[in-house]
Amino acid sequence: MSELVDLSTPAVDDPGQLPPAPEKAPGRLRGALFTAVGGIGLLAALLALGNRGWVQLLAVVVAAVVLYLGAANLCRLRFGTDFDLMAWLCGAWLVLLVGAAILAPALPLPEHQDLSRAITEPTMARPNLLTDHPLGTNNFGLDLLGRVVYGARASLVVSIGAVLIALVVGGAVGIVAGYFRRVTDVVVGMVTNSLLAVPPLVLLIALATVLEPTLRNIALALSLLALPSMIRMARANTLSFAQREFVVAAKAMGASAPRVMLRELLPNVLLPLASYAMVMISVLIVAEASLSFLGLGIQAPEPSWGNMIAEGQGDEFKEHPHIVLVPGTVLFLTVYSFNLLGERARQRFDARSARM
Amino acid sequence: MSVRKAALRVVEVVVVLLLVSFGTFLLVSLTPGDPAVAILGEGRAPEEYAAVRQQLGLDEPLFSRYVDWLGSALTGDLGTSLVPPYSDVADRIGAALPVSLQLAVMSLVIAVVISIPLAMWSAYRAGGRVDRMISALSFGILSVPSFLAGLLLILVFVNQLGWLPRAEWSRISEGLGPNLYHAILPALAIALMETATFTRILRNDLIGTLQEDFILSARAKGMGAVHVLVSDALRPSSFSLLTMMGISLGRLIGSTVVVEYLFALPGMGTLIIRSADAGDFVMVQGAVLVIAVIYVVVNGLIDLSYGYLDPRIRRAHV
Repeated sequence: MSELVDLSTPAVDDPGQLPPAPEKAPGRLRGALFTAVGGIGLLAALLALGNRGWVQLLAVVVAAVVLYLGAANLCRLRFGTDFDLMAWLCGAWLVLLVGAAILAPALPLPEHQDLSRAITEPTMARPNLLTDHPLGTNNFGLDLLGRVVYGARASLVVSIGAVLIALVVGGAVGIVAGYFRRVTDVVVGMVTNSLLAVPPLVLLIALATVLEPTLRNIALALSLLALPSMIRMARANTLSFAQREFVVAAKAMGASAPRVMLRELLPNVLLPLASYAMVMISVLIVAEASLSFLGLGIQAPEPSWGNMIAEGQGDEFKEHPHIVLVPGTVLFLTVYSFNLLGERARQRFDARSARM
Repeated sequence: MSVRKAALRVVEVVVVLLLVSFGTFLLVSLTPGDPAVAILGEGRAPEEYAAVRQQLGLDEPLFSRYVDWLGSALTGDLGTSLVPPYSDVADRIGAALPVSLQLAVMSLVIAVVISIPLAMWSAYRAGGRVDRMISALSFGILSVPSFLAGLLLILVFVNQLGWLPRAEWSRISEGLGPNLYHAILPALAIALMETATFTRILRNDLIGTLQEDFILSARAKGMGAVHVLVSDALRPSSFSLLTMMGISLGRLIGSTVVVEYLFALPGMGTLIIRSADAGDFVMVQGAVLVIAVIYVVVNGLIDLSYGYLDPRIRRAHV
């Protein structure tokens, strides 16, 4: 893939890329100072300012920003100016999240679902790292950390499953349409256009009206959402590779159409498609969260980030905003991480941006 | 755009509309089990089920049902709601649509009005401190789902400051002032993500345009920065903004649906979600059809408008 990377466009032409960091070497002293102040401030804010509400939240955010600026500074000094601390943090967050979601039954989390077992717990407790409920509890005394972790299971299983279905089906259809062109292409184009003719969320709501809200059905409905853009993506990339010399050479040596598609085109199309799948996961996580928020997706008491937010958005929202803010923050961080990593991957591997 | 090309586009739109209407129509047939049982519940008299089946036309073959349904849909008859108060679907949609349209248009206007100056500022000093801050911020905003954005706005403006209301609505006929007062917060919630998208697209385009020769000549003639940006650079840079509006229209509709539900406004979103919750297939069917038609037609119009906006496209394709 190295030739593709070398061909990639400068920062200004690419919609997704952040502008380059300034050239001058950052000061070591300032970096160290920011890191120290931010780190100490963050610890102090998290531990000492418990139950101060907004003040604590503000202090945590400010300290985290200062810590990030300092750490990014130090990392650029240590690992070179290209070092992207944000991408590493996003990766770390996703690893943490996936790990917690997989290990959830083995983790010592308080009760997250069964109301009868949370009857003695405090209800609507504020987040406080020093208590049994580090992220607080909801209106039934169910632990928010536990619910967030189990919600991650539902969200990730559904969206990643849906993206995989869309990747396999959409990739296959897209490559076939892009390779054979003519009638196949026209028919596939018609069907994709029709799928795209209904706004995604409206399509999802319509499907939710008639389907039982099980994890499998939600994943299938979501994959229908990701399918058209996957097909388009695979088709566009196939088009740009189908004219290249190695494909012509393979055909000249007598390779059959399935062989050309599987051995020559698929390996080249897969990388841009996989990096697009990353961005798609974040879109589907939002779609699933929206559906569950509307009460049409994963049903309470089984937790999902969407229905957790719905739980706290009513009358409790004024007095106890943390019931919304905790799952909301987790949702934001996850979507942001998938977006950022997907964007970085796309800049490297998408043939269309490399070709310009 | 030549007449032939435009005609082809219109044909394509019609075919897509037919496919979509068929898909929408299939919605009821997709229901697992007997729709009549799903609507009425178990343990009713067989005649009651038969009556519902006949009302839905389930006793006829699929295709003739589709033709019937499409025929009455074209004349504005979308059937009757399946749950009390059994109101006319077209009437309900007619009452809900203006609310949604107003929110969508308002948020588009807000997004464009905010994103143009931001993108100009960003592009004029590309790579500078302001540019990097705007880029990072807009990338962050893209990861905030609209219902979360709405809740954050409610938290600040309704719960903490108490400036604006939630869960109230007044129609334009009751005066523009109260109407805007109720519409501004939901419109802002919808506009947030669009603003970020538009800013990023327009910034990248402006940076490209600002490197062109005619900008250099305008600058050499002594034009000021604002003049160059507004009168010379904006128009040639606005085409991908238009494309982006078309692409993000689907997301805009989705955001409108969710935000309406969040603010409990009497629009299409609330209508469709309440109906979906109650299992009112006919209402969902009608609403989805109306939304899809609007969506496809607007996208077709955007496609056609390129030729009028950009003479280069017009000549290239003749």
